[in-house]
Amino acid sequence: MNEKNYRPQATAAEMQALDALHGQLVERARAFELVDVAYRVVDSPVGSLLLASTDAGLVRVAFESEGHDRILELLSEKLSPRILRDKTSLDGTARQLDEYFAGTRHSFELPVDLQLSTEFRRQVQLELGHIEYGQTRSYAQLAQQIGKPKAVRAVGSACATNPIPIVLPCHRVLRTDGSLGGYLGGLQAKTELLKLENPDFAGSAATLF
Amino acid sequence: MQAPFERIVQDYGLNVLRVCRALLDEHRAQDAWSETFLAALKAYPQLPEEANVLAWLVRIARNKAIDELRKHKPEILIDQDMDGPGSGMNRPDLQLENLQLWHEVNQLPGKQRQVVAYRYLGGMSYAQIAEILSGSEAAARRAGADGIKNLRARLADQELWREQP
Repeated sequence: MNEKNYRPQATAAEMQALDALHGQLVERARAFELVDVAYRVVDSPVGSLLLASTDAGLVRVAFESEGHDRILELLSEKLSPRILRDKTSLDGTARQLDEYFAGTRHSFELPVDLQLSTEFRRQVQLELGHIEYGQTRSYAQLAQQIGKPKAVRAVGSACATNPIPIVLPCHRVLRTDGSLGGYLGGLQAKTELLKLENPDFAGSAATLF
Repeated sequence: MQAPFERIVQDYGLNVLRVCRALLDEHRAQDAWSETFLAALKAYPQLPEEANVLAWLVRIARNKAIDELRKHKPEILIDQDMDGPGSGMNRPDLQLENLQLWHEVNQLPGKQRQVVAYRYLGGMSYAQIAEILSGSEAAARRAGADGIKNLRARLADQELWREQP
């Protein structure tokens, strides 16, 4: 006989029941403070985004290209396996992102949790929040801004490992020659964000050829 | 690496629901499901990585089902309820496609009901079931086979389950 775990197919009625039960479970788990990481997935002009938060604040924004399942596994390993999908707890974050993509919001007012970053990277990533909407900086300028003008490479890695892209706008950091540099969500996403903030932005064309 | 708990709920929520429904009436089955996953979430970080997650969940569900029965109807315990009819599933308002099947599983004699629930709804192996019921694997296998035979006989009597020509 087959001794493997049997994975049955749910009927429509069972799926409905499970959906309601899941909602109740999340609510009760919250009441007992058993949810260490809550997450949800939202649609955006740069693809679907995974939003994850701890009690301290937004801890991760992940692009589709990063693989949402893989990111959840990493969060399970690095933070806690007590992770639940929660449709309501990230409402504020989702709303602010919607407003940002609609062009009506120029800065985010959200608590962030940078516990996934080392201290130096955290310093750089927080500094990103000071680059204004529609503006750009070079990696070298950012290095200067945090008082470590020689740490250009390290600043580059700090931007590349920013756990909270878009909200902490690492897309506003370019190479000194104005070319795009890199981006976790892909260069197309980086260009789209820069164009959203400044329709005159033409940085991508210059780097393509 | 432990899987995010959400995945455990997605992967096994249905198995646990079916086990709860086979052991309890609808209302208590939902309570037991909720209690099971809440307890599981609490204990999850300590669960050894090599553990069989489904067997672990079904064990919790079984204990929660006993709690539910004690809470609402102290005279019935699933281990003693060997011959009597199941504890419910007679609510006509339930629009479940498989209501009839749950009902019949629920009507099986106690041990057959448990083995059928753990095996065919919970997806456990006979070895795991034997461990939970503190019996032998062979006995669990026998009870499972008898339960299925019984179910076939009962369902064959009903027009609803006759095969379409």
